[in-house]
Amino acid sequence: MSATPSATIAPAPRPEPATPREYHFPRFERRTLANGLRLVVAPVSKLPIVTVLAVVEAGATVEPAGKGGVAALTASLLLEGAAGLDGAALADRFERIGASVDAHADWDVAAVSLTALSGQLPEALSLVRDLLRSPAFLEREVDRLREERLAQILQERAEPGSLADDQFARAVFESSARYARPQGGDAASVRGITRDDVLQFYTERFQPSATTLVFAGDLSPELAAQLAQELFGDWSGTVPRRAPDGIDAVRDGRLVRLVAKSDAPQSEVRVGHVGLPRSSADYFDVTVMNAVLGGLFSSRINLNLREAHGYTYGAHSGFDWRRGAGPFEVSTAVKSEVTGAAVKEILGEIEAIRSAPISESELTLATSYLDGVFPIRYETTAAIAAALANLVIHELPDSYYDDYRARVRAVTPDGVLRAAQRHLHPDRLRIVVVGDPAVVGDSLSEVAGLPTETVSADAEEGCA
Amino acid sequence: MHIPIETYRLPNGLTVILSEDHTAPLVAVNLWYHVGSANERTGRTGFAHLFEHMLFQGSVDVAANEHFEFVQRAGGTLNGSTWLDRTNYYETVPSNQLELALWLEANRMGWLLPAMTQQKLDTQRDVVQNERRWSMDNQPYGTWWEKLPALAFPSEHPFHHSLIGSMADLDAASLDDIAHFFATYYTPDNAVLSIAGDFGPAEARAMVERHFGPIARGAGKPPLPDMTLPRTFGAPMREIVADDVMLPRLFLAFRSPVFGTDEYYAASVAGAILGMKKGSRLYRALVRDQQLAAEAQAFTYDLAKGADILVLDVTARPGTTVEMLEGAVNAEVDRLIAGGVTEQEVSRAVTLIETELVAALQSAGERADKLSLFATYFGDPTLVNVQADRYRAVTAREVNAFAQSRLGPDNRASLVYVPREAASQPVQDDLAMAEAP
Repeated sequence: MSATPSATIAPAPRPEPATPREYHFPRFERRTLANGLRLVVAPVSKLPIVTVLAVVEAGATVEPAGKGGVAALTASLLLEGAAGLDGAALADRFERIGASVDAHADWDVAAVSLTALSGQLPEALSLVRDLLRSPAFLEREVDRLREERLAQILQERAEPGSLADDQFARAVFESSARYARPQGGDAASVRGITRDDVLQFYTERFQPSATTLVFAGDLSPELAAQLAQELFGDWSGTVPRRAPDGIDAVRDGRLVRLVAKSDAPQSEVRVGHVGLPRSSADYFDVTVMNAVLGGLFSSRINLNLREAHGYTYGAHSGFDWRRGAGPFEVSTAVKSEVTGAAVKEILGEIEAIRSAPISESELTLATSYLDGVFPIRYETTAAIAAALANLVIHELPDSYYDDYRARVRAVTPDGVLRAAQRHLHPDRLRIVVVGDPAVVGDSLSEVAGLPTETVSADAEEGCA
Repeated sequence: MHIPIETYRLPNGLTVILSEDHTAPLVAVNLWYHVGSANERTGRTGFAHLFEHMLFQGSVDVAANEHFEFVQRAGGTLNGSTWLDRTNYYETVPSNQLELALWLEANRMGWLLPAMTQQKLDTQRDVVQNERRWSMDNQPYGTWWEKLPALAFPSEHPFHHSLIGSMADLDAASLDDIAHFFATYYTPDNAVLSIAGDFGPAEARAMVERHFGPIARGAGKPPLPDMTLPRTFGAPMREIVADDVMLPRLFLAFRSPVFGTDEYYAASVAGAILGMKKGSRLYRALVRDQQLAAEAQAFTYDLAKGADILVLDVTARPGTTVEMLEGAVNAEVDRLIAGGVTEQEVSRAVTLIETELVAALQSAGERADKLSLFATYFGDPTLVNVQADRYRAVTAREVNAFAQSRLGPDNRASLVYVPREAASQPVQDDLAMAEAP
């Protein structure tokens, strides 16, 4: 290599940081209307824009048995017609004023999200009122969205990553657990959902006392309260029963499952087990532990698999924080030839973080990252609204975001070790790989110490 | 809305853009190098992107893996990306860490090569080959990333070849290639540095001078060949790909006006009328009414040289054949040409685009990236402040003129994905063109 002309002068030395400026998570106010509907309002006036999230206790975990997917379908159908407007007309009304609207359900709640220029908020919010309070659930739209969900399920079977996610959930959770099936339902349950099912789910769950409106952006708490009172004040209803809090479905023992996809140039790898509910007392210890293990780019698992071995474009670990215990999962996609070797490294890293305290340098990397990045997370009205919704969903205290950074900084290597020993379970790891059996061969059995179950990619059930 | 912008140039040719905003104690640093896959030489497809990976492997004062670690330890986020005609690198950090970000970017712009080793190159080659497998080879429809530009640009055109590169070309990349590419393209006079967020302008100027000032100007880069293309393809084009997919999917591309021209904005509005959100024509007709498609969208590549492409991307519902899908999409395009658009449709599209512009500019990183974009392509970062006006100025007449001159059958390139099993059935006579299953 030849030196470039630019290398003749020395670079300036590495600078020291300046004094940090103070930051506060946006102030917010809470109010409750007489009918039980709750408001959370964060005025943020940088740009003339507002995000509204209507959060409703209508997630997948409160679906009736056998109706997996009805929560997602009900949420999507809100946008397909309401108050005398059909879906096309409703979309047109939002879009003419530049408002973007979406509706979906996750495990815990359903949410309608709206972002509009602040001048258009009254009109946009009156449309949200219509779809929340007077959805049409036209037969034709129920049929169409059901077919679209079935098409999506079909597509996911051809995507190695989605297939691995689905098979991993089936391998991790007891088959009776709702978490074992896709959030949007599987083909068998979706096919059976009728308009009556949707209507019944809506009627039971979409109630003012089970709804919170979160506002973030260019408006005052007074204006938000006034709009909410005008549009939702006369919404009456019953109080739905609360969702079950935990889903405890720990499975003992290891499992190695290879989902056959012949000629796959890569293996999609998932390794993990049942994790923890969001309400866990040692949430911060676990979060820092995971950041060091596989949560950050500079984490042990990513540096090992990507930067030291070149096995993958990226490898990651995470706890999926839900009201119930969601999965702990390491996920990556590796070149087929190194599938066994990559899983061996993952198992090794899980053992290692349980065996010895992390170094001071690893601890401060994780804590100073989580501490420093905090303000960067809340640059947009959408991000602030989502953070406030998180308080509502998980019943976190109002001081949560003010205390967050100090709590991260208080984590110690001992706390991390305790969290790893308590919550990572090498003897319960479920190893699921979507890959080519001809190349992967026995490598998984060798590293995991037990036989590999090989299943077809077309198998609907995980035959647990 | 109006973003404050201050622009100047260092003696070594580096363009510097400052945009203050003290809402939160954070600052974005964003560097665009005016080089992308279009600048690659024959036999080195994928090199610009592989080189981007090497820029995270350290420099004279930064050890391997330390670039990411320094930024994350400072509480910052970072990444880079490669496109057909540019490569960018960016971080958002707490405002008291601005100088760290500038130091890191300057250290690799001026003093990268001492840190380059064969082992790092070999590892990143493996990483990039895995990125290719993950994003394209093991992904249903994934090869569209490489097949669509290959179909829409003639074989000798710089936008024709694969951005991620072929496995063989990636294998051939050497440390000499790294040194040569670095000396040619990674020079201050071929770069734009934008800083957006919470900083003091005098301090920021001093930091930029301290870290980037010592870097020498480059010797100039070889010009790209003439990239001008005729206004249309000249004849319909079609390629059928039999793939591991469940449902047919159509990418219908039109050669369209380069980014930044008046006609570009009309094209972009035409695209939004056809495929932006649920009120768009394709969604209404194909997804909602005829129920032939599960999804429909439109987008442009936003290329500022030679020619852009406008793409309609429509996925079939089960039971819809390729013929039905192509027929229905082409019918909607024909209807647009024949009947034109209404002012109300234009207004819907422009209003939606405007809200998206405002929402995106909330983030310092987005603001810095847009400033770098307009400075790199047009030498004028203040164009970011007239984007909404450019869209608002578009009339139905302009959209119709665009549709009539650019959406006709002589300017349609269809890239059609079909499930492998369907491809082996003799239903479609031109399947003889398809790749062997």
